[in-house]
Amino acid sequence: MSEHIVYPRVYITIFLVLLVGTILTVVAAFRDFPGPLNAVLALTIAVVKATFVVLYFMHVRYSPRLIALIIAAALFWMAILFALTISDYSTRYWLPI
Amino acid sequence: MPEDLATTHAHPAHPALQHHFENMEQQREAGTLGMWVFLVTEIMFFGGMFLAYTLYRYKYPEAFAAASNHLDIRLGAINTVVLIISSFTMAMAVFSTQIGKRRNSIIFIVMTMALGLAFLVIKAFEYHSKYVDNLIPGTLIPGHPFNPNLHEMHLPAGVAPGNLQMFYVIYFAMTGMHALHMLIGLGILTVILIMAWRGRFSPEYHAPVEISGLYWHFVDIVWIFLFPLLYLLARHLAGHMG
Repeated sequence: MSEHIVYPRVYITIFLVLLVGTILTVVAAFRDFPGPLNAVLALTIAVVKATFVVLYFMHVRYSPRLIALIIAAALFWMAILFALTISDYSTRYWLPI
Repeated sequence: MPEDLATTHAHPAHPALQHHFENMEQQREAGTLGMWVFLVTEIMFFGGMFLAYTLYRYKYPEAFAAASNHLDIRLGAINTVVLIISSFTMAMAVFSTQIGKRRNSIIFIVMTMALGLAFLVIKAFEYHSKYVDNLIPGTLIPGHPFNPNLHEMHLPAGVAPGNLQMFYVIYFAMTGMHALHMLIGLGILTVILIMAWRGRFSPEYHAPVEISGLYWHFVDIVWIFLFPLLYLLARHLAGHMG
């Protein structure tokens, strides 16, 4: 079997990273950062946490590249969903109709 | 090495190997690939709701801030930690199965299920407090139509109270769908637990545990985004709001 076994040491590290990320996001949420920085920070921490879960808990780092390609395709399609819809809603008031 | 080749062909096939696969490795990889394709459809499904959230938050910023600050941040944070621990125990269940420790994998599966159940119980308490505060959208609950206490919600003057309702529509749709996924996850883990109990898994065959783990971690990831977006979006404004 060429299956890669991830050892508990790695899982514990990732668990601690997720715990620290959760504490950070709560602490950051109560501080008033300028402009949209609160939302940017919250989403950045969430993306980092999700990336660690995908790479290590879900073994994508040790899986065939095809899995990574499939995830990239999903994110690409979701980007289309967001980009086209938001470009519509955010520009509707441009024309006085 | 030639002798390696000879021995692999001499071995009888593993009883869990389906006839349309060459070997266990190929079967496992096909299963993982299929699960990821399913998870892509899940990403698109939740993605639509995250998009709705984005649009309405952009449209009703004050109402979203006021409604979000009314959620119980403690319960939300505790539930986030509960799910992270459950993801860890799930990963440990996969590891224990991979190295053939049946007892440990059963323990870790039970722990994961207990934590999943704890999450749902906490969620139920949160839903109940929304029910008591008349924050269930529309007239879904007879005798408890949506009727927020505007004084408690600190809604800025000039903002239509009806806009608060949109936040709760999205809150219940997203957390409700997430909770449904948790319930399905508990159902899947029940099956995995029974299979593990009967000694169906081994270092050669444990794909069902791994694939169920993928599902469980995905549901955890959804919550990793829901927690800051629903509970934390306007905590920094709480001091400035009426």
